[in-house]
Amino acid sequence: MSKYNITEDGYYGRYGGAYVPEMLYPNVEELRQQYVSIIESPSFRAEFEKLLTDYVGRPTPLYLASRLSEKYNATIYLKREDLNHTGAHKVNNTLGQILLAKRLGKTRIIAETGAGQHGVATATMCALMNLPCVVYMGETDIARQRPNVERMKLLGAEVRPALSGSRTLKDATNEAIRDWINHPSDTYYIIGSVVGPHPYPDMVARFQSVISREIRQQLLKETGHENPDYLVACVGGGSNAAGTFYHYLQEEQVKLVAVEAGGLGVHTGKTAATTTVGTPGIIHGSKTLLMQTRDGQIIEPHSISAGLDYPGIGPLHAWLFESGRGKFYSATDEEAYQAGIQLSRLEGIIPALESAHALAALAFLPLIPSDTVVVTLSGRGDKDLQTYIDRGGY
Amino acid sequence: MNRITSLFRQKKEQVLSVFFTAGFPALQDTVPVLTALQEAGADLVEIGMPYSDPMADGPVIQASNTRALGNGMSVELLFEQLKDIRTHIHIPILLMGYYNPVLQYGVEQFVTQAAAAGIDGIIIPDLPLQEYEQQYQQLFQAHKLSNVFLVTPQTPEDRLLHIDRLSTGFIYIVSSSSTTGNQQQQQGHDSYFSRIRQTPLQNPALIGFNIKDQESFRYACQYAAGAIIGSAFIRVLEQADDLRPAIHAFIQQLRGAAEPLPSVPHRQTATL
Repeated sequence: MSKYNITEDGYYGRYGGAYVPEMLYPNVEELRQQYVSIIESPSFRAEFEKLLTDYVGRPTPLYLASRLSEKYNATIYLKREDLNHTGAHKVNNTLGQILLAKRLGKTRIIAETGAGQHGVATATMCALMNLPCVVYMGETDIARQRPNVERMKLLGAEVRPALSGSRTLKDATNEAIRDWINHPSDTYYIIGSVVGPHPYPDMVARFQSVISREIRQQLLKETGHENPDYLVACVGGGSNAAGTFYHYLQEEQVKLVAVEAGGLGVHTGKTAATTTVGTPGIIHGSKTLLMQTRDGQIIEPHSISAGLDYPGIGPLHAWLFESGRGKFYSATDEEAYQAGIQLSRLEGIIPALESAHALAALAFLPLIPSDTVVVTLSGRGDKDLQTYIDRGGY
Repeated sequence: MNRITSLFRQKKEQVLSVFFTAGFPALQDTVPVLTALQEAGADLVEIGMPYSDPMADGPVIQASNTRALGNGMSVELLFEQLKDIRTHIHIPILLMGYYNPVLQYGVEQFVTQAAAAGIDGIIIPDLPLQEYEQQYQQLFQAHKLSNVFLVTPQTPEDRLLHIDRLSTGFIYIVSSSSTTGNQQQQQGHDSYFSRIRQTPLQNPALIGFNIKDQESFRYACQYAAGAIIGSAFIRVLEQADDLRPAIHAFIQQLRGAAEPLPSVPHRQTATL
């Protein structure tokens, strides 16, 4: 175990922990006591791996993006999480958690969602496992992510609008937590990112770690080396980044690049660049970096991408930032949007706007021709078509 | 002696604790509401410090938090409002709120100022037991501040005893399956309440969550030293045209016995 792994108490450095009211303590404690033994059991692993292969469509390709490589004068691979069933990396985690929920004897599933990708992935798994599903989604996000709302409904989930606060992802998370408090025994809460009280950040990172496990194998086969020079991923809560970095945390020569949503610019007040404007505090049960006022009230983030529109980051990322292990950049709405168009034109791949932030950071890295870079393309852009259309200019 | 400890020495039953949000309905209502509650016969009060993301609270308290923050309420301003209350308020006062605003204010500064203002206890529902024990217990003790923890039906016996050892003042009994203001029936919790009553605890217990009227108050009082009322009282404040008579009427209805409304309203000297 190295300093980047979670401690027994559920901390990464000084970040993490489980700051939950007593009403949630039994649920969180039950999970804490059981998650490792369940997810490391042979029967769990077998079922998880089989469904990842047969149902999700893994392994996802590691694609050498030649024209993008030419553009940035380095060797650039894309880890194609966009090719997963449901169109993003989110499904790796929802599959893992629903299998865990079943083993815990839970009969009802709840989730929060921002852009709707985690909600769709959860609704999909609930349909597959025949479990009732309630997805909380901010009223504002329901309006701007209509296709995903309809997908969830089509899959049989109930989408409940979060009407409190700014009516976006953080409020949907609050509503899901309240639902869990009100249904402590039968309900399992599938958190969509590496956030929330311990053990969620570690559990979600483990389920997403399939991304870096595959990168290692694929890169070795492709180049003869397991290690790239750079791994690049976008960070909202940070689940695709956690999965991308997971098996490389100890490989100090591999540079871990996390890209946050700069919004209109990190100093405009319309941003989601938590490591730039955030300070340590507690959000959704975890000690981490978050955007807050001097009084400790949580500030509304802004991003063109609903999936990055979250005022905190997972505690692992707060620790990677603070320890210097991770290099954090931010890309503005416009930079991400242009990077999305660029990938569409160069490689014939329309990326999700979340993933476009990771692509935008290629311009910021001091790349040299011998560098090998892996960018995780966390999701596809279909859900963002309306945003692309509204912005125009392509 | 700490006013909470002293209250429970004198009064072993029918203790009424009332929760309200600071800076609600209007920014300067904190002290008038507190004053009216004392006049009307509340035994102790819990003043809620508003938070942007109150995850254990139902819609009524959430809305009061949002409104109070919109009014400009903050921890700093609350201490300003409370600095002279001990000139006329003698009932115990607790501050209740989420951990993050307290953490940002600085726990040590918070505790010091609370004690200086004459606050008797603190309730921070999302402060872990272990963190309190390792980092703050001595600080609280040095300032003679009670720290109150919550227990639920799922709290195991050993944890309940641990909570009891760390608590001073009273233990806050909640239903595990409820955010605040949830309209569930209390009946059916009999075995849970009885179990707690039969556990040899050093602290008295108050039952919170789902207390809304005389019937639910009396029911809770069968099993504990008293009960805490929150959302139902916030609703009264929300709907009242004139706070003082509305508060008196509500407390009277709850107690089931008339406590006369003093003819001359006690006005706090304006300090703000």
